Parts: sequence; C-alpha cells; structure tokens
Amino acid sequence: MQWDWQFFCDDIVTQEHVAGCIGRGDVYTYLNWLFSAWGWTAAVSISALALALLAGSIVGTLRTLPNRRVIPFLAASWIELFRNIPLLVQIFIWYHVIPVLVPAMHGVSSFVLVVCALGLFTSARVAEQVRAGIQSLPSGQRYASMAMGFTTPQTYRFVLLPLAMRIVLPPLTSESMNIVKNSAAAFAVSIAELTMYALQVQEETSRGIEVYLAVTVLYAITALIVFLVMNWIEQKMKIPGFGAGRGR
Amino acid sequence: MTAMNLDFSFYTWNLIQGYILKGLAFSVELTIITTLCGIALGTLLALMRLSPNPLISVPARAYITCMRAVPLVMVILWFFLVIPFIIGRPIGAEMSAIITFTAFEAAYFAEIMRAGILSVARGQVYAGEALGMTYGQNMRLIVLPQAFRNMLPVLLTQIIILFQDTSLVYAIGAYDLLKGFETAGKNFGRPIESYLLAALVYFVICFSLSQLVRRLQKKIAIVR
Repeated sequence: MQWDWQFFCDDIVTQEHVAGCIGRGDVYTYLNWLFSAWGWTAAVSISALALALLAGSIVGTLRTLPNRRVIPFLAASWIELFRNIPLLVQIFIWYHVIPVLVPAMHGVSSFVLVVCALGLFTSARVAEQVRAGIQSLPSGQRYASMAMGFTTPQTYRFVLLPLAMRIVLPPLTSESMNIVKNSAAAFAVSIAELTMYALQVQEETSRGIEVYLAVTVLYAITALIVFLVMNWIEQKMKIPGFGAGRGR
Repeated sequence: MTAMNLDFSFYTWNLIQGYILKGLAFSVELTIITTLCGIALGTLLALMRLSPNPLISVPARAYITCMRAVPLVMVILWFFLVIPFIIGRPIGAEMSAIITFTAFEAAYFAEIMRAGILSVARGQVYAGEALGMTYGQNMRLIVLPQAFRNMLPVLLTQIIILFQDTSLVYAIGAYDLLKGFETAGKNFGRPIESYLLAALVYFVICFSLSQLVRRLQKKIAIVR
C-alpha cells in the first residue's frame, strides 16, 4: 500500500489539485473541510462542556442539600436518568423526538440539540463528581459555618463549594477529555464534525487510512489541549497548603 | 399540547420477536464476549505495564494510552477498515465489532486491573515470595484474587458502560438493540415511539444493573 496525502489539496467538487493546498474564495479543498470539521468538533465539545459543568455543578450541589428530601431525590433522579441511557440514544431522542413532542424546541438547529444531548449526558457524570467532592469534605466544615450563623446558601457559597470544586478539578479534567471523544457520536445526526468528515471523505476518496489517521491525530491533539488548559486552571486555582489529600 | 399522539400499539410480540430480540441478543453477546476476552487481555496488559522490564512495560503503556486517547467510534471505524486488509478478506460488521470492542475495552480493563493489583498490600507479595512462590504462583494465588475482589464494583460499572457503548456499532451498521428499535420504527413509520422505547429499555437494563452493583458494593464494604 502506498501513502498518498495529495488528495487533501484537491478541490472537493472538481477533484482538481489546488496549488498551496488551502483554497480561497469559491475553492474549497479537503484540507479546508478538515479544519472546518475540527472547528465543529471543538464547538460541540466546548459548548457541551460549558452546559455540563453548569448543570452538573448545580445538580451535584442540590444532591447534597441537608434536611431536605424532595430536592436531593430530584437531583438523584436527574443523575440516574442521564447516566443510564447510552449517549447515542440520547442524541437520537433530542434530535428526532424532542422537536416533535416539545413545540418550543421545534426548528431548533441540530447543533443546539446535539450540544444539549452531550451536555446533559455529561452533566450526570459531573454531578456525581461534585457530589463526591462535597461529601469528601470533613463535616466539621459544615458545622463550623452553621456555628458562624451562615445560611445554607452562604455555607455552600463561601465554605463548601470553594473547597469541593478544587478537589473535583482532576476528575473534571478527564470528563472534559471524555467530552471531546464523546462528541464523535454527533456524526449520527449529520453534524459536520471530524468523524462525519472521516466517514464521508473515506467514501469519496477511498484514502481511508490517511483520512482516519489525520482525524485521529486531530482528536488526540484536541484532547491534549483540553488537558493542558485544565491543568493550567488547576495550578491557578490552587490554595497553598490545601491540595487534595492535605489539610483535611 | 403535543403536536401528535403517541401510539405504541404497533409493538406486538411478533414485532418484538422479529426486530428487537435479535438486536438485544447481539448487544448482550457483544457485551459478554468483550467482558470475558477484554478482562483476560486487560489483566495481561496490566501485568505487562507493571513489569520492571521496559521492553515489556513500554509497549503495554503505549497501547493503553493510544486506545484511551481515541474516540471509540473512530476505533470502530479503524478496525472495520483495517481488519479486511490484514486478513485479506471482507469481514462482517458483527465480527468486526467483537474484535474492536475486545481490543478497545482491554485498555480500560487494564487500567482497572492495574489499580486493583496496586491496591493489594505489598506485604502480600513479599509474603508470597518468602514462601518460595514463583511470580506466576504469587500472581495467581495471592495477588489477582484480592485485586479482582477490590476492583469488582469498578469492573462491573465498566461493564454497564460497555453495554451502553455497544450502541456505537451503529457507525458500521451492525444490528444491535438500538438498530433493532430504529429499523422497527422506520418500517412502521413510528420512529418517535421507537426511540422512546429504546431509551426506556436501555434505562431499565442499566439502572437495574447499577442498583445490583451498588448492593454488592455495600456487601463487600461490610466484609472488609
């Protein structure tokens, strides 16, 4: 088998070689398309990550509320619901079912629907990490803030969450890398992201190995970037003398 | 309120037999084969990774890192493309899925087993060595049984995730549980009801299994 990377410089319509590989104006090469697909993967992943962190932190916090029954139960139900259905099925539900059954969601773009699916799927995992983080704090922290006269929201806002969120940063890093990998499932509803690109261009050019290799490397690079960014955040947020496993 | 009425009445026993059970059988088969072969291969990879000899540990580490860095869908596509090249003849989507999942999940099982092996107190290993056991005897009789026990809840949770992940064979068109529901929905013009039922069936299976794991976890915790 011979390597052939030349097709990346071909125009996707005329299949003619484009000098300089990157098409401008009306000229669009497979390389242009590859970067556009990478952009879609990044856009889906980042939007879904934002949604997952927001929803997951709220649900995970509500799950630990003391002296209540209904709210922690609802939060637990949320976690079980989104954790026990495969991501692909959830994507299909958001894409095929919800726009029909929920009039307000009618005509919403498939990008938004996939972000909802991936974001809420991951929110269940984030919520579990946040819950574990809050519950790993010594109960003295909670009692101390009660003794100081803090209300429950104040206890969470000023004492529990600042500590817990720093503890859960490492597991959240791996969830963030997972979200990049899981975004590949969006190909099933025709989002023009990397896996969709791999499937289509493999079909058009028959250069499967080269296409898959390029896409796989881009996935690995994306995951690495996420890892570095999350590590940087972790370093920035560190309180001296209070890391995970210390100061408890 | 809703724009249409849901109608599940077309889901008769005949339809379930014709479309769903076949898909469910493949999903379960894929999960079981992958679990058995994946744990065997994963344990081997974990032992290799823990080896002091870099010639053995580096390839195992490279394999595990690569598999964990790539989306499962891409691995499924890779194997579907490459296996026919290697064996020189086309291979069915189902067979390809079984090989892919075993190779992919082995990397995840390996990391779980590695954590399990490391969780066994070093004194156990030294005691085994002091009794004159070989490496093989020490692993088989002393370390691995305890490692398996320590890791059982995590291992079972991974198997539930694996069962959910089998739905991704959609990428190569293998006929699994999700495909069964989708085909039935398309053929009867009722995709909405079909997807909802698919979600319900997956939920019931995975939720019941995760409750069982939780119960088991409590039992083990008391004994230790």
